[in-house]
Amino acid sequence: MQVYVAGKGIITAIGNNVAETLQSFRKSKSGISHITILPTVHAGTLPAGEVKFTNEQLAELAQLPASVSRTGLFSLIAAREAINDANIPHLNKWRVGFISANTVGGMDHTENIFKAFHEDHTKADLSDVEQHDSGAVTGIVAEKLGIKDFVTTISTACSSSANSIMYGARLIKNNLADVIIAGGTDALCRFTLNGFNSLMILDDRPCTPYDENRKGLNLGEGAGYVVLVSEKVAETLPKKPSAKLVGYANANDAFHQTASSPEGKGNFLAMTGALAMSGLPHEAIDYINLHGTGTLNNDVSESIAIQRVFGMNVPKMSSTKAFTGHTLGACAGVEAVFSIIAMEEGMIFPNLRWQTQMKEVPFKPVTELMTGVEVNHVMSNSFGFGGNCSSLIFSKIK
Amino acid sequence: MEELMKTLKQQIVEQLNLQHIKPEDIGDDQPLFVEGLGLDSIDALELIVLLQQKYGVKLANPADGPKIFHSVRTFAEYISQHRTK
Amino acid sequence: MINTAGITSYVSLRSNRLQLNEQSIFEKDEMSMADFLPAAYEALQINYPKFYKMDNLCKTGFLGAELLLKNAALKEKYKPEEVGIVISCANASLDTDLRYEATPGPALFVYTLPNILIGEIAIRNGIKGESACFVFDIFDAPFQTNYINNLFETGKIKACISGWADFLNDKAEAFFYLTETNQTNNNPAHDSDSVSKIFTEAWKS
Repeated sequence: MQVYVAGKGIITAIGNNVAETLQSFRKSKSGISHITILPTVHAGTLPAGEVKFTNEQLAELAQLPASVSRTGLFSLIAAREAINDANIPHLNKWRVGFISANTVGGMDHTENIFKAFHEDHTKADLSDVEQHDSGAVTGIVAEKLGIKDFVTTISTACSSSANSIMYGARLIKNNLADVIIAGGTDALCRFTLNGFNSLMILDDRPCTPYDENRKGLNLGEGAGYVVLVSEKVAETLPKKPSAKLVGYANANDAFHQTASSPEGKGNFLAMTGALAMSGLPHEAIDYINLHGTGTLNNDVSESIAIQRVFGMNVPKMSSTKAFTGHTLGACAGVEAVFSIIAMEEGMIFPNLRWQTQMKEVPFKPVTELMTGVEVNHVMSNSFGFGGNCSSLIFSKIK
Repeated sequence: MEELMKTLKQQIVEQLNLQHIKPEDIGDDQPLFVEGLGLDSIDALELIVLLQQKYGVKLANPADGPKIFHSVRTFAEYISQHRTK
Repeated sequence: MINTAGITSYVSLRSNRLQLNEQSIFEKDEMSMADFLPAAYEALQINYPKFYKMDNLCKTGFLGAELLLKNAALKEKYKPEEVGIVISCANASLDTDLRYEATPGPALFVYTLPNILIGEIAIRNGIKGESACFVFDIFDAPFQTNYINNLFETGKIKACISGWADFLNDKAEAFFYLTETNQTNNNPAHDSDSVSKIFTEAWKS
């Protein structure tokens, strides 16, 4: 049973939709900037991949009330684009599911009332915490999209949305669903910004993944979804699907709560597992969309694991987090969309701002935009806190 | 210095929630990380917080941590040279 | 591979009582859960100082897994990547999120994700197979068994630690069971009915 990608939708700091995203890639235009929307003491010192819309503007774009959490607004904008892009005839006659990952839920609203609540428990407006839990956001969006057959939320840190895509594929393969909108969403909020800052893994400059002198990551925000469909649904599509999901695997690094093992054991298992499932030899992978957060730890572990999987002939690779920042629960959904754009457009995105070779590995990422390349198989890596490591492999349908 | 090391041991046990260790069981020169007390990278961050809150020293580069936090003695020496409170 | 997975043991932790299969292992009334967890850790004579640094959700899950795996000899029977962990909970890391909002710090921030519980169990036991953490209002046996049986059927794993763990407002609940393919077939089959039955009985007592 094959799983086809029938549509995709995205919103990040480099564009509100697939077309704008593609334009930003063509111009190698980064979305990392100083924070201007999120109220934080770090505005002006810690840059981020912030989507430059206020909640009111996003609400208008999403056609939702502005009382919906920013995480939900991003989610609806990207999921709706994905569904429209797939353009499935008679969608409601199929079993349709929505699997949306996130890590912060409605935290942006919760922290707005937190101070007032902390000072006087009788004063704060508690309607602001109704969307706190991660599932609430998924519920609001599913309802707006009219999806009822299967709705769930996955939260496994930075690999969350890779796991929603894996899970969606399994539902289709086991004939439990016909169409699954899978991916994730996350909004910047003070909780994560301050938390990551306390871990001292944020770069105070625009991040430089895979560079010897990297200092850490920039956080980002947004949402990314793919529409996965069964073979039966694929046959009815007016627009032939451009890609298949051919391999996926998840493994645990079993090393530390937040740090990767130095040799990237979990990363290695995820990549080799996904390759084994796809039946592709490792030489077939044309491009790796790296997890590449820009922290000292991730980039060493990931690159050592890549060397173990691919040997001396490593594929072309880059971290697109230099464009978008690290969108946490959304990143694998966002990067799944990028992986498909890479195959459709014959394009490999540059690892922006890269300057110096890392001393641990002999290879370097792609640093200039490449166009007119044949990209047939893409691996996308996402590794999360808790040792949760996932790899996905997409193949182009010619 | 002796007094500072004694206080520091108490503060380390408290900040890192080391319920299984008595402050006086920590040796002045015992390595705090890995082979010694078994602390890890998150503990190092908590020590940076301790340094800032209790002694007013801001450590900007976590890479300096291993040298400063090697043992209670090295930690105390660093504090006595840099403390602002 | 279908139908060869059996439930080889289970543990439950609720109302100040830690139980392995039908046997009570540790009980202590009139004690807050936050005190009960370290007391149980000490009674079980576990030597893993990192336990004290975990948040209450992880402590709850860690103790459950320790007891569950004590005599399971998983390492002798399975490779690290052949063992999976699938756990659900209702309140995720909310208990720690609240504490973090009140007194932020890196050690606490680490625990503001529910899947850290899985990470802790994986680190302690060197488990590297597929892991997942789901959030449900109540334990959903059909969902959980379906998900795990699919992992067995597709050859992703050969043994699985699964169940439920939750902690909020000093109330802890854990129900863990171990499912294995390398077993004698005298054990309850891994299906929704057996899991619900074991779960209900463990909770009832």
